Amino acid sequence: MAATPLHPEALKAMLLYFESRFGNPQSLHSAGQEASEAVAQARQKVAALIKANESEILFTSSGSETNNFAIKGLALANKNRGTHLVLSAIEHQSVLNSAKNLEKFGFRTTLAPVDQTGLVNPEDVQKSLTKETVLVSVMLANSEVGTIEPISEIAKVCRSQNILFHTDAVAAVGNIPVDAERLGVDALSLAGDQFYGPKGSAALYLKKGTRILPFIDGGIQEGGRRAGTENVAGIVGLGEAAEIAAKEMDSRLKKSMALRDKLLEALPQKIEYTILTGHREKRLPHHASFCVEFIEGEAMLLNLDMKGIAASSGSACTSRALKASHVLLAMGLDHATAQGSLVFSFLEENTPEDIDYLLEVFPPIVERLRQMSPLYTQYLEEKKR
Amino acid sequence: MIYSEKVMEHFQNPRNVGVIKEADGVGQVGNPVCGDMMTFYIKVRDNRLSDIKFQTFGCGAAIAVSSIVSEMAMGKTLDEAMEITNDRVADELGGLPKNKLHCSNLGADALHKAIEDYRAKTKAQQKEEPVEKPSEKRDEERCCCPYCEGPLEGIEAVCEKCHVELGECPECGELTNKAEEKCTHCGARMKK
Repeated sequence: MAATPLHPEALKAMLLYFESRFGNPQSLHSAGQEASEAVAQARQKVAALIKANESEILFTSSGSETNNFAIKGLALANKNRGTHLVLSAIEHQSVLNSAKNLEKFGFRTTLAPVDQTGLVNPEDVQKSLTKETVLVSVMLANSEVGTIEPISEIAKVCRSQNILFHTDAVAAVGNIPVDAERLGVDALSLAGDQFYGPKGSAALYLKKGTRILPFIDGGIQEGGRRAGTENVAGIVGLGEAAEIAAKEMDSRLKKSMALRDKLLEALPQKIEYTILTGHREKRLPHHASFCVEFIEGEAMLLNLDMKGIAASSGSACTSRALKASHVLLAMGLDHATAQGSLVFSFLEENTPEDIDYLLEVFPPIVERLRQMSPLYTQYLEEKKR
Repeated sequence: MIYSEKVMEHFQNPRNVGVIKEADGVGQVGNPVCGDMMTFYIKVRDNRLSDIKFQTFGCGAAIAVSSIVSEMAMGKTLDEAMEITNDRVADELGGLPKNKLHCSNLGADALHKAIEDYRAKTKAQQKEEPVEKPSEKRDEERCCCPYCEGPLEGIEAVCEKCHVELGECPECGELTNKAEEKCTHCGARMKK
């Protein structure tokens, strides 16, 4: 999903640690201790955001690293319990490819399906479990279609069979209330650049007592599980962003949901043959996604960009790999429809007037591209897709 | 911006968009699986392309390529138009990003297919034989060589059309040119 800008308060707090407070937190001199104290405070703030204990937070460098850490680290450290993984079919590449890599180490993976709204059915997860299953990973919210998954129900299934459960909550944390303990997960990934923190700042929540293989071997940073000199400024920025997100959660939710609902309602009315992707209600508050039929996503993005609107897409042409989004295909959309994928996410600065502007400039763009599209002409002639 | 100024200019103001109802030749290439689809319509007078129109479903590069191909071919003789190569199309546009080069192939292919369609029809008329329609079946699940858009069935070692030796990247699983040192999709080093 789209990155958020850095919150000015977070930037202010970070600057100190680039300038005067440059100490290494592992050093015993006072500059080092100052940095060490800052990291500890940030850890408390991130823990508070997801109602966890500060000892359960490990700092990392990105959502992808965190997912790699969780999937590989949990699977390998608990290999004696089994070598089978269960993931949802719509996981982020960093989860899917971590599992793929684990195949070299004797693991195998089952993908649980999703319905046409992108929801995972906990019963399907249950059916996928075997005596060999060691780890299940299902994302809390999907960044392409916004759907929020029934994590606590899936966690219950896993717990009853003593199977580890990780959730990739990168798109969710900071945007919706997340309570790690109540969700019942063993591990959870979050990233700062999804809620006005800096890029390069992320964290893994690891429930107390959970065994994991260290991701970077070296010194004693992050309890020896992720060595390397701390990214102090990044960690401080993540802490600030977490504190602000917790404080402003309710007002942010309310504001962005109003924008989302306005767009979800109005766009399909304004533009014929537009399909909402993802679940209508169980979705991220700041997320609206569609498939506009008969045209391709990148062509829409380029046109919107010229109008000052930044959106994203899961079309094959948009991806460097030239493959349509696995998320949309898993939801049962055909290739042609998936090519018309479009994702909007809202920032704090967005207003209802921005939605009005989008609704004004977007329909002519779609019309122009459809006039160019052989698929649209074919549809008008034959009235079938 | 990932595209050159010229690509953006043609993308924003594509020339010759549309359908020719009584076309002398029609050529369609691509499919939605690979992301792009193009249809070219041509009118032929005195062995020259007197009118060209196209429709394109696809990205910015695909639209710009269709537009410039129609411009390059307009008024040319059929033989001259058949000589428009993918490289010339990309050059004319001031270059294309590497992973979009296949779009430039589609444009010329669609035009050439329309000319072949016209030639097949006129030949058939001279012989007064029924027109043998080239098979236009769109295979939904089949994908194309990422270099020339030639059809691929499964993972073939060599694309039949452009003779690029293809291999699956060990890291990202995408089809890529084996001769390259690094995977064009994910940048991983290719095993020799």
